[in-house]
Amino acid sequence: MSQEVSKEKSMILQKEMIGGLLDDLSITKETGKKVVYTFVPGNLSELIRAFDMLPVYPEINALQSGMRKISGNYIRDAEKAGHFEDVCTYVKCDIGMMINGNIGPTGKKLPDPDLLLLSYTGCFTFMKWFENLERIYPGVPVAMLHTPYQENGKITPEMTQYMVKQLKEDVIPKMEKVSGKKFDESKLKQTLAESVKVEDLIVKIFDTTKNRPSPIDAYFAGVYYIGPINIGFRGTPEAVTYYEELYKEILYRVENKLGPITPEGEVDEKIRLVVEGPPNWTSFREFWKLFYDHGAVIVSSSYTKVGGVYDTGFRHDPERPLETLGEYCMHCYTNLNLPQRIELLSKSIKDYHADGILVNSIKSCNSFSAGQLIMMREIEEKLEIPVGFIESDLVDPRYFSYSNIKNRLDSFFQMLNQRKTISN
Amino acid sequence: MENFENILERSKMLSFDLNFEYARNWKSKEASRVILGYTPIYFPREIVHAVNGLSVGIFGSGDRKQIIKGDAFYQSYICHIPRGIIEMVLDGNMKSFDGFVFPSICDVMRNLSGIFKIQKKGKFVKYLDYPQNFNPEIGGTFYIQEMKHILEYIFEINNVKLTTENLNNSIRLFNKNRQLIKAIYDLRREFPWRITYEELYHIIRAGTVITVEEHNEMLEGVLDFLNNEKGEPLDKIKVIIYGAFCEQPPVGLIKTIELAGCYIIDDDLVLGSRWIQGDIKDDTDDPLKALSEAYLKNSTFSSSMYDVNNPKGERLVKLAKDSKADGIIFAAPSFCDPALLDIPQLQQACDKHDIRHIMFQFSENTGQFKVIKEQVGAFSDSIKLWV
Ligand code: SF4
Ligand code: SF4
Repeated sequence: MSQEVSKEKSMILQKEMIGGLLDDLSITKETGKKVVYTFVPGNLSELIRAFDMLPVYPEINALQSGMRKISGNYIRDAEKAGHFEDVCTYVKCDIGMMINGNIGPTGKKLPDPDLLLLSYTGCFTFMKWFENLERIYPGVPVAMLHTPYQENGKITPEMTQYMVKQLKEDVIPKMEKVSGKKFDESKLKQTLAESVKVEDLIVKIFDTTKNRPSPIDAYFAGVYYIGPINIGFRGTPEAVTYYEELYKEILYRVENKLGPITPEGEVDEKIRLVVEGPPNWTSFREFWKLFYDHGAVIVSSSYTKVGGVYDTGFRHDPERPLETLGEYCMHCYTNLNLPQRIELLSKSIKDYHADGILVNSIKSCNSFSAGQLIMMREIEEKLEIPVGFIESDLVDPRYFSYSNIKNRLDSFFQMLNQRKTISN
Repeated sequence: MENFENILERSKMLSFDLNFEYARNWKSKEASRVILGYTPIYFPREIVHAVNGLSVGIFGSGDRKQIIKGDAFYQSYICHIPRGIIEMVLDGNMKSFDGFVFPSICDVMRNLSGIFKIQKKGKFVKYLDYPQNFNPEIGGTFYIQEMKHILEYIFEINNVKLTTENLNNSIRLFNKNRQLIKAIYDLRREFPWRITYEELYHIIRAGTVITVEEHNEMLEGVLDFLNNEKGEPLDKIKVIIYGAFCEQPPVGLIKTIELAGCYIIDDDLVLGSRWIQGDIKDDTDDPLKALSEAYLKNSTFSSSMYDVNNPKGERLVKLAKDSKADGIIFAAPSFCDPALLDIPQLQQACDKHDIRHIMFQFSENTGQFKVIKEQVGAFSDSIKLWV
């Protein structure tokens, strides 16, 4: 009983935070608050807050459209307007939503952007996406923050300098102009100090999957947990409160040896998995059910690191405010090179005692998908661990084949169970 | 000067020599020579030339090699070019290459650089991150560092230091190369019947696998021929083909377009050779800076570059108008995100300016061109009816 009540508390907090942001967005005409369209990977939440502006994340709108099962129509409308089938469906979903009046998840129209903040960390499609948005909103200033790729597996001082210069000479002046406010470094530093607390907490939360049973599912529930940190609340006291509460609830589960909660109750953990790749949003519940029906729990996932990799030690550093923003962007998961991605996944498999790794290969997303097959093989060889592979899409329902995925997962789980029986 | 028939023959052979024998022979003549392979689109070959190296363009295996291993690296919904590149490198076609550079054009190429790293191919693998900030103090400084990074790798191999004089000299040779190519394109725009586009394609592509000195001689020969050959025009429309800046269409497809009633007068197929518009300064004290500024200020337009202040749709329209093209054929590789995300905007720009266009997708190993032939034929007929 008590666990259900406390679980609800973090959910309520999250709902309030997101609801508050959406409410603020719906009254920008009255409040005069400026709106920044930007992306999750490499999001500059603290900087946006320092200027008292409000963020809108087109890819979050797309995934919510997916979960509300309206992305299919949006994608069709974008295709009718001339967009091609085989491109990232997040982009098409967003464009379709705009064609249909840019109505947000609350049923109200989202405000138009005052600034397009293009920090395209780890994916080229972001750039193309914003070129499209720029044409939809002609005259809206675009601030570009080009994040260099960690091609050699490290961040050099030159890369950081490049980012700092862009922030200083392009991004911040544009934000000053749009917001009508002067850049206040001390405000940014304060916000960054709160970010560190949130980052510490999220690492602790995802680290609880070391327990058996794991108290949480780090993929299907994990995508909810990363909501606040990724969509503009990193650096806020509300986020600190939310994550403290969530952590407390999870610790309760650990102490009482409770498994993860699913829409149908608690899972009896039988299989522990690491998942690489984003989830499918259009059939999210059915997808999740395919796992928990077999007692499969995800103990770590790369997708929960798209908005920042904190478990290898990165924290925002309030004493180096601009450098740290740059380094944060360069640290996001898809900005890591393939050997780094393999390393990170292998470490997760070991640290969280996973029985296998599953790749969900997303048709839309070359940034994630190109190279996944060799990553699988490398991990399989290095760790001698079973590897499963399924294909789906983020928000295009045409590419979620329930029976195909079910068949593949069933055989994968069967193989994992057999292996466990033999080794016991 | 080499006779024109020989030039054609040789360029045809060179541009599809998937064993890169020319480069291998060239390297074997001197111990300090290095070969650097680079993928599309643009790479500043001057820096490699200046330190006793040869940059070799890698355009995939086209329809000339059966893909077996490459398919095991890529899901079905990823374009074809990286499969051919993997196949070639695993089969040892590029054994003599010292290093590989992957210019930043898309996530597939970016991650291909990671695959090369995992497979430990070459003595170095470098993903060359082009700046998307075009301020010389910001993006320019970053780009110079990227070029220096490549030079450091080469220095570790051959101990050859970059000198201002050598780099200026290399810039001069590549300026000449671009001037000659431009002269050929300009002339052919007026008189496209003097050589076929297929021939031109081989000539330009051959330049990506041989020394610039030799290519310049080749181009002079071609220019001389074009100036003298008269020939007779056929009743064909003039088109630009656009969208194939990375994965190349099979030559059969190019031929099909020409046979279906078109003269291809401009394109973005081997765009790297014409990437920089105009000359790069070849007499400065800081030639790396000159290269960087040329990139920032004088690059052509492309899907891989951020274009908000200079929309590529308008630039394509201007190209079509300046070259008096009758229409544009958008030809993009299947599953190519950068090209396919751009084309709707480009089509809109064409519509706005009443420029006719058609579009199809291809794969480098497409073998059937019947449908494309009919589509292009109908396009060309419809334009002929209108003009
Ligand atoms: S390609 Fe992938 S990372 Fe890029 S916008 Fe699409 S879904 Fe996001
Ligand atoms: S064909 Fe397109 S998607 Fe494929 S590697 Fe080239 S640019 Fe990237």
